[in-house]
Amino acid sequence: MMQLVLTVTAVVLSLAAGGAIIRIARGPSLLDRVLAADVLLAILGAALCIDMAVNRHLNNLMLLVAVSLIGFVGSVTVARFVADRREQPRES
Amino acid sequence: MNPETFSGDAVIDAVSAVFLVVGALMSLAAAVGLLRFPDLMTRMHAATKPQVLGLFLLLVALGLQMRTWWVWPVLVLAWIFQLLTVPVSAHMVGRAGYRTKHLHPELLSADELEAVVQQAAGKSGFTDDDGDAVTGGR
Repeated sequence: MMQLVLTVTAVVLSLAAGGAIIRIARGPSLLDRVLAADVLLAILGAALCIDMAVNRHLNNLMLLVAVSLIGFVGSVTVARFVADRREQPRES
Repeated sequence: MNPETFSGDAVIDAVSAVFLVVGALMSLAAAVGLLRFPDLMTRMHAATKPQVLGLFLLLVALGLQMRTWWVWPVLVLAWIFQLLTVPVSAHMVGRAGYRTKHLHPELLSADELEAVVQQAAGKSGFTDDDGDAVTGGR
């Protein structure tokens, strides 16, 4: 059963990562890209969690905490220095 | 799964499998929300699903799979850490988004910040080039 779960979650997370990457590529503004990158990081954390649960080990747990810390620092830093450089401010 | 082999182990496995799949679906919901919602604020709403509920479900599934008690405090610590950092970064992103007008005002049902911004602008008489009030640090 765990192999089936692994397959299903791999497909679902791949689709989700594809959507987040499309938003990073298209995203009209910097903040949209930051948000999509945060979601991509959350998807990476989900993949680490699923790997640990299916294979029953805890090697990635500290990496999971570090990933959430990196996402926090990254989005706070970018949000601090963001400026509006869009041509038409309402296009998002 | 006939009654002879029906055991607590199988129940725990089934519950954690359901949690894993639902937790992965949270990520998919966030991606769909990112692609389909119209502006930054609504996309931020969708983006919090895998960060909080998705991570919670996956950590519970991990704890069920490990079948030991000592991992639970570590998992709770990881989740609480996420709960502490996600609102702060969402606040910063939302604040920057409001200031740089990454929103459709016609989609808002209430904008309580606008009155505060107007008041601050009137008090200081000092605005930046967008007409926003300039208050100390973002």
